Amino acid sequence: MKLITAVVKPHRLDEVKEALQAFGVHGLTVTEASGYGRQRGHTEVYRGAEYTVDLVPKIRIEILVEDSDADDLIEVVVKAARTGKIGDGKVWSLPVDTAVRVRTGERGPDAL
Amino acid sequence: MAPAIITLAADAPRLDSGSTAFMLISAALVMVMTPGLAFFYGGMVRVKSALNMLMMSFISLGIITILWTLYGFSFAFDTGNGFLGGTNWLGMRNIGISELWPGYSIPIYVFAVFQLMFAIITPALISGALADRVKFTAWSLYITLWATVVYFPVAHWVWGSDGWLYKKGVIDFAGGTAVHINAGAAALGVILVIGKRKGFGRDAMRPHNIPLVMLGAGLLWFGWFGFNAGSWLASDGVAAVAFTNTQVATAAAMIGWLVYERLRHGSFTTLGAASGAVAGLVAVTPACGSISPLGAILLGLVTGAVCAAAVGLKYRFGYDDSLDVVGVHMVGGIIGSLSIGFLATGGVGQTAKGLFYGGGWHQLGLQFIGVGAVLGYSLVCSAILAKLIDMVMGFRVSEEEEAAGVDQALHAESAYDFTAVGSRIAGALTGGSSTEADASPTKKVDA
Repeated sequence: MKLITAVVKPHRLDEVKEALQAFGVHGLTVTEASGYGRQRGHTEVYRGAEYTVDLVPKIRIEILVEDSDADDLIEVVVKAARTGKIGDGKVWSLPVDTAVRVRTGERGPDAL
Repeated sequence: MAPAIITLAADAPRLDSGSTAFMLISAALVMVMTPGLAFFYGGMVRVKSALNMLMMSFISLGIITILWTLYGFSFAFDTGNGFLGGTNWLGMRNIGISELWPGYSIPIYVFAVFQLMFAIITPALISGALADRVKFTAWSLYITLWATVVYFPVAHWVWGSDGWLYKKGVIDFAGGTAVHINAGAAALGVILVIGKRKGFGRDAMRPHNIPLVMLGAGLLWFGWFGFNAGSWLASDGVAAVAFTNTQVATAAAMIGWLVYERLRHGSFTTLGAASGAVAGLVAVTPACGSISPLGAILLGLVTGAVCAAAVGLKYRFGYDDSLDVVGVHMVGGIIGSLSIGFLATGGVGQTAKGLFYGGGWHQLGLQFIGVGAVLGYSLVCSAILAKLIDMVMGFRVSEEEEAAGVDQALHAESAYDFTAVGSRIAGALTGGSSTEADASPTKKVDA
């Protein structure tokens, strides 16, 4: 199994969710996050004092998938989240040892 | 009836109910400026010290009112010598309820209560420079001493019939010198003694609520009509011109500040609009009884741009004038006071003419004397008072209290309760459902 983590712009959440549903993903976890990449946030000015606000709002999406689906899913997320502008975010995947469905106790791919 | 009134009108002034009503309303308008100022300042500080900022203004309503009644009015406005008033009106005694303010048609009590509101807001203005870092007790003691040693005498110098600046011919229609330069210079005096906030110039200290700042600026603007138009002490044409100039200069200053900001920093900011308006109000205060509405436009535009530039000086010189009391009130007051030397038409409430109206350098010279005297006296006295308080009881809170926020440390309160927002997490942690957590009050924990 793989854990796909995507950090994307908040306003792309709906597109990513729809694309994942179309792909056949059953569940996902969404968290509000903040951070920055190469774009380094933005600047605010108060009475001439400039403040660099480097942490900008982001959405963090996590999806557990089977190994065979991982690469395709990454493509789906990237396509749905892309605006072409700076700050679009990142997607990465990690190997997962175990997953358990709390309600039934099912393990591994059955738990997805 | 009519002939009798005409005969009496030729004698000494009689009580005029129109002017008296106008002055009572003006006094109430000036009163609302202090809570307005509290919001103006309160929104500009960080969440952790928002209440303290409000309280530093509010306590002035308490303390100064009592001082004024006991001795402030007498020291400021009773006849005495050039530097301090007399003692006849201590405790507001010896003032008949129908006794008129000499030369005017309003009771002395009306004048006294109107001037009380000025005495209240002036120390409150200073608090903006001291955000986040001073003890409330030290602040309360400071304004008690400052009002006694600085404000009451300076009000006498500037407005007392035997005050030395008044007799020289220095014009301060509604308090550009006595209120704004006075408070701005005092702010500079205190911060030079007590020093910067922890993290000044390093940490972001962004305003926590700019809508609150706008609310405060709006209340100030509204109340300022009483401040300026009321200072003529009668409801007539001169009061109307003062009212008009107040509106015009404020509008122009807001635009001046915004244009400067757009050119210098690229944006028209909300805080800039509020600050520009206040700077315009400050600058027109001394001048509104001497200049024309066209002069007020020029005054406003210059003030907006200059004050916008001046607030940046604290970073260059490294003093922490937290909310720009020096940059807005001292600088704005100086521009306004000196503008009389250029823009006084001689045809409004005063006969003095400025340089642009053929009056020569004379009035400008007088205005310089007024500005210099008040600025110097207030700056020096304020620094000495701050030093004394610091030595006796410590002016600042501890580093730990400053870091955690003065609201908690000094007032045992916080400005906003956001626990409802996090109630799901709170509910999960305490074992209850989220709905229960919403409805039930927090349990008190004995630590």
